[in-house]
Amino acid sequence: MAPITFLEAIRQAMFEEMAADPTVVLIGEDVGVYGGAFKTSEGLLEKFGWERVIDTPISESAIIGAACGMSYLGLRPIAEMQFIDFIACCFNQLTNFVAKGHYLWNAPAPIVVRGPSGGGVHGGPFHSLNPEMYFLHTPGFKIVYPSTPYDAKGLLKSSIRDNNPVLFFEHKFLYRRIKEEIPADDYTVPLGKAIVRREGRHLSILSYAAMMHTSLEAAEALAKEGIEAEVIDLRTLMPLDEETILASVKKTNKCLVVHEDTKTGGIAAEISAILFEKAFHDLDGPLVRVASLDTPVPYAPTLEEAFLPNAQKVFTAARDLARF
Amino acid sequence: MPVSESPKKPQKLSRQQYLDLYYYMRLNREVEETMTRLFRQNKIVGGLYASLGQEAVSVGSAYALEKRDWMAPMIRNIGALLVKGVPPRDIFTQHMAKYTSPTKGKDGTSHFGDLGNLHIVSPISMLGDLIPVMTGVAMAGRYLGQKIVAMTWIGDGGSSTGVFHEGLNLAASQKAALVVILENNLWAYSTPVRRQVPIENLADRAKAYGISSYVVDGNDVVAVYTTAQEAVERARAGGGPILIEAKTFRRRGHAQHDPAEYVPKEQRAYWEKRDPITLYEEFLTKEKLLDAKGNKEIESKIRTLLEKEREFAENSPMPPPETAAQGVYCTGPECHDLQPKWERQIDELLPPKSGVEPVWTIEGFGRGASSSEGNAPIHFGDVPAAANPQKRATLPDPSSNLVAKPSKKPVTTKPASRKSAKKGAR
Repeated sequence: MAPITFLEAIRQAMFEEMAADPTVVLIGEDVGVYGGAFKTSEGLLEKFGWERVIDTPISESAIIGAACGMSYLGLRPIAEMQFIDFIACCFNQLTNFVAKGHYLWNAPAPIVVRGPSGGGVHGGPFHSLNPEMYFLHTPGFKIVYPSTPYDAKGLLKSSIRDNNPVLFFEHKFLYRRIKEEIPADDYTVPLGKAIVRREGRHLSILSYAAMMHTSLEAAEALAKEGIEAEVIDLRTLMPLDEETILASVKKTNKCLVVHEDTKTGGIAAEISAILFEKAFHDLDGPLVRVASLDTPVPYAPTLEEAFLPNAQKVFTAARDLARF
Repeated sequence: MPVSESPKKPQKLSRQQYLDLYYYMRLNREVEETMTRLFRQNKIVGGLYASLGQEAVSVGSAYALEKRDWMAPMIRNIGALLVKGVPPRDIFTQHMAKYTSPTKGKDGTSHFGDLGNLHIVSPISMLGDLIPVMTGVAMAGRYLGQKIVAMTWIGDGGSSTGVFHEGLNLAASQKAALVVILENNLWAYSTPVRRQVPIENLADRAKAYGISSYVVDGNDVVAVYTTAQEAVERARAGGGPILIEAKTFRRRGHAQHDPAEYVPKEQRAYWEKRDPITLYEEFLTKEKLLDAKGNKEIESKIRTLLEKEREFAENSPMPPPETAAQGVYCTGPECHDLQPKWERQIDELLPPKSGVEPVWTIEGFGRGASSSEGNAPIHFGDVPAAANPQKRATLPDPSSNLVAKPSKKPVTTKPASRKSAKKGAR
C-alpha cells in the first residue's frame, strides 16, 4: 500500500469504523458538506448521509451534550472540535457531566472528542493549544495523543470502541507532514501502551505527539556524540503506561521528558512524581524537562520558535543530563 | 398578540387519570415532608431542596410521557421521578447517602438516573446542561427509529445560561423531539425573576428559535398535563422542540438552610392560597371524582408505602469506604454491554450497496417555522446529499442554501427509501 498521511489515517479510521458499525456517528462544525476544517471527514457525508454525519451550529457545549445524550441510547458518537482550543467552550459539559457519569450514576458515555491541536504552524494563541492536562486532572477521561499515522488509525479505532469518553488529540503539525505505510486490514493499537521508538542505554527521553519526532531527531544527533538515548512514545497519557516508563528508567537511570504543552503542570511533572515514588533509587540524575514556555502561544515566528521546544533544546538538555 | 400559545381548553380525562394526578401530587408532597422530618433528625447527609407548591408542574408534565420516553429532571422534580416509576426508597436512600441508593452513595439528592429501564438521565448542578444532552437523546431515538420524546426541565434562573441557548438552538435546527418545561417559580435563589430577565413571558424566547411555546398556570395540574400532552404529541409527530413555561412559586427557600426572607409577604400569601393540591382537591370534589372516604384511602396508602420505604432507607448501610476508589471507568462489555435498540432496518444505515444512494429520509428535517409566513429553508436539510463520492465536485454551494430567505416551496430531498424507513415504524 502507498504511504498515507497522518490526516488520512484519521479519516480512514472514522470511515472504516462507521462502515463496520452503524452506531458510530460524527457530529461537529462543518464536518459534513465541507468535510471538516482540515478535511479529516472528507467523503463521509456522501457515504453515510445526514443522519450519521451531523453538521451543527457553533455550539461546543451542545455538540458534547448531544453526543453524550446519543451515547446513552447505545450510539458511539465522534465529536469534532474544529480546533482543540475550542474544547474550553465545553469544559463544563465534559468535566462535570461526561467524565463523572460512570462513577456517579453508572452511565458510561462512549464518546470520542477529537480535534486538531498543537503549535508550530503559526496558528497563534487560540489555534495552537495543547490542553491535555486540564483533562488529565479530571478522573473519567482517557487521553490519547498519537505521533504516527499507524498509531493514529489504530488508536482512534480503539478509542471509538472504548466504553469511556476518550479525548483524542491530533497534532496538526503532523497532519500532512508525515507519511507512513500502514496495513490494509483492520488493526487497532491498545490504549494505555507506550512504545519504545529507539533503544538506548544512557538516558530515557519520554515524549509524545510532534515532540516525539523532535526527540528522535535529537537522539540521532546525540548518537553522533556517543550518547545512546532511549526514546519512548507515550501515545496515551491516561492511562499512562508506567510499566514501560519504569522499565526504561531502571535501565538508563536518567530521564528527560519532552512535551509541547507548557512547562508548569505538564505531564513531565506527573512523571517526575511517579519516578520519585517508584524509582527513587534508580535515578542517577535529576529529572529534566524540555517544554514550552509558561506563556500563551505567541504568533510571530520568532516568538513561537522561542516558545516551543526544538531538537537543539532537547539535544542540549539530554547531553547535559547524560554527562551529569 | 402573544407569542406563546395558551393551552387549549382542557379535555376530559378519564377518572383514573384524574386520580393518578392527585395521587402523585400527594405522594410528591408526602415524600418531601418525610424528608423534611429526616432532615430535622439530622439523617439527611447534605442539602434538601423542596418543591412545595410546585408539585403540579413535575407531576402534570411527566404524566404526559410514555414508558419508552426519556426524561431528565432537575433538583425540584421529585414528582416527575415518582410518575416515571422511581420508588420513594430511591429518593430517601439518595438523600441519606446509603449504599442501597441508585448511586450507591456516590451522589445525593435526585442526582441519579436509569438508562436501561426507566430512561431517566441524571441531573447535575450546572444548570442548562441537560438541554443539549436530551437533544442528543431525541436525535439518537429518531436515528434508531424509536419514536421517543425527550423531556427536561429548567428554572427561570437556569434559562439565563449559555447552554440553554445552545441546546434549544441545536434542538430547533435538528427538529428534535424535545419538550422543555421552563418552571418559572419566580425566584432564582434570592434573585427575583424580574431582575434576571426583562421580559414578561420566558416562553416567548421560543420565537427566537423558531419553535412553538406555551404559557400555562403551573399550579393547575390538569392544565399542565393537557399542555404537556399536546406538546409531547406534537414533538413525537416530528413538529420539533417545544418550550412550555409553567408559572408557579417556590414556597420554601432555595434549600433547607434558606428561610427566604427576601420574599415579599403579599407574594407568599397569594401563592399559598393557590396551593396546587388544595385547588385540585376542590376541583375533584366538585366533579364528584373524590370524596372524603376516597381521600382517606389514598392518604393511608401513601402513609403505609412511605413508612415501609423510609424504614428500608434508615436501615440501609452506608457505602463501604473501599468503594470510593471504584467505578471511575467502564471496564468493558462485562461492565456495560452497550447495545442500541434498533427499531428500524439497520441495513439502511450501513454503507450503501451499489446503486443505493444515501439520502436524508426524515420529512421536514431542518425546516423551522419562519419568522414571517410559511416555511423558510434555514438549514442543511435542504441541501441534497451527493449521489456518490465521484460527484462531489458538483455538490451545490452549501452557502447558497443557508440563507434564510422565505421561499414558497422549500426544496426537499426525495425520500428515496421512505418505504424501508416505515418498516421500522411502530
